[in-house]
Amino acid sequence: MASLSEFLLSRLEDEMISWQVQQEAANRFKLTTSQIEEEILNAGFLPARYQRNCKTISVAEQQLLFRSRVTVIGCGGLGGYVLEELARLGVGQLVAVDHDVFEEHNLNRQLLATISTLGRFKADVAAERIASINPAVEFVPIKEAFARENSERLLAGSQVVVDGLDTIGTRLLLSSVCRELAIPLVHGAICGWFGQVATQFPGEDTLEKLYLRCTEDRGMEKIYGNPSFTPATVASLQAAEVCKILLGRGSLLRKRVLCLNLLAMELDELQL
Amino acid sequence: MMKVTVKLFATLRHNRFKVAEHEYSAAPTILAVAEELAIPREELALTMVNGILVSVEHVLQDGDTLSIFPPVGGG
Repeated sequence: MASLSEFLLSRLEDEMISWQVQQEAANRFKLTTSQIEEEILNAGFLPARYQRNCKTISVAEQQLLFRSRVTVIGCGGLGGYVLEELARLGVGQLVAVDHDVFEEHNLNRQLLATISTLGRFKADVAAERIASINPAVEFVPIKEAFARENSERLLAGSQVVVDGLDTIGTRLLLSSVCRELAIPLVHGAICGWFGQVATQFPGEDTLEKLYLRCTEDRGMEKIYGNPSFTPATVASLQAAEVCKILLGRGSLLRKRVLCLNLLAMELDELQL
Repeated sequence: MMKVTVKLFATLRHNRFKVAEHEYSAAPTILAVAEELAIPREELALTMVNGILVSVEHVLQDGDTLSIFPPVGGG
C-alpha cells in the first residue's frame, strides 16, 4: 500500500489537495481529517479550501494558523461570527465558552441563532456549525460561564483570547486573567449603531482604561440593544486582529481603541 | 471668556449634537460641562481633552477640545 505522502502526492492538483481526497486519506490511513490537514500543510501543499486565502496568507502561514489555538469567550453576537471567520480562515483549534442557550431575542443578530436552535446550548450549536464548515478544526465547546475558578483551565494553551462577552465586570476579569497568563486579548463591544475594538497585550491595561468609570455591568446597549450589522462588523475586525497576532503581521490596535459609528459611518481612533 | 470645543460620540449625540463650541466665563470641569448637557455621570465612560484621557474633575482651558464617549458593553 502506498504511504500517506505518496497517496497525497499522486492526487495533488495545482499544489492542492481537495476535501474529497483529504477524507479518502483519513478513511484509508485510519487518521482524522485534522491529521491529514496537518500532513498536507507539512508537505508544503494546501488543502483546496484555502485556495482563495492565497496570496493573502502563504502556505507557511496557513500551517501556522492550523497549529494555533484561540479561545472565544461568549458565542452570541460577536462570538458566533468570530468563530465562523476563524474556522474559515483555518485556525486549527477553537475553544468556545458559553453557558447560555439561544432565545428568540437572539434571532435579530446572532449568526448561530435559528428557529431550530432555540433552547439549545450556544456552544453545542457552534460545534455543529464549525464541523459543517471544516471537521479538521479541533473544536472544544465548553458549556460553562467564564469565572475566576475555571479561567486558567479554559484559557490554557491558547495563543489568543477573544472577548465576546456582554457584561463589563466579566470583561475586566477576563482582562486580568489574560494578563496573568500572558495571553493577548482581542476586545470587542457593541451598542446599537456603535462598537469598539481593541487589542490588549500582556502588561497592558487597555480594558481597565476603557471601563475605569463603569459602575454598572452594562453600557448603553441596555437601552439601545444591538441590530444585526454591528456585531458582524465588530466581530470581523476582531477576527482580523486575531489573524495578525497569530501571524505576527500588520499593525495591531494596541494601546488604542477603534470606535465605530455605523450611523454616521465614522471611525475614530483613541490613544489609550 | 474662554472657548471649548465639545465633541460627542455614539449614543451621546442623540438629541444633542456632534460637535459644538461652548463659551465659559470661568474654567469649567468636565463634570460641569456634562451637567450642562444633561449627560448623566454613568454615561461619561471616556473623557479626553486634546486626545489625552483625563478624569471628569479635569479643569478645561481656553481652546481645549473635549471628547466624550459613553460606555459600550454589548456582545
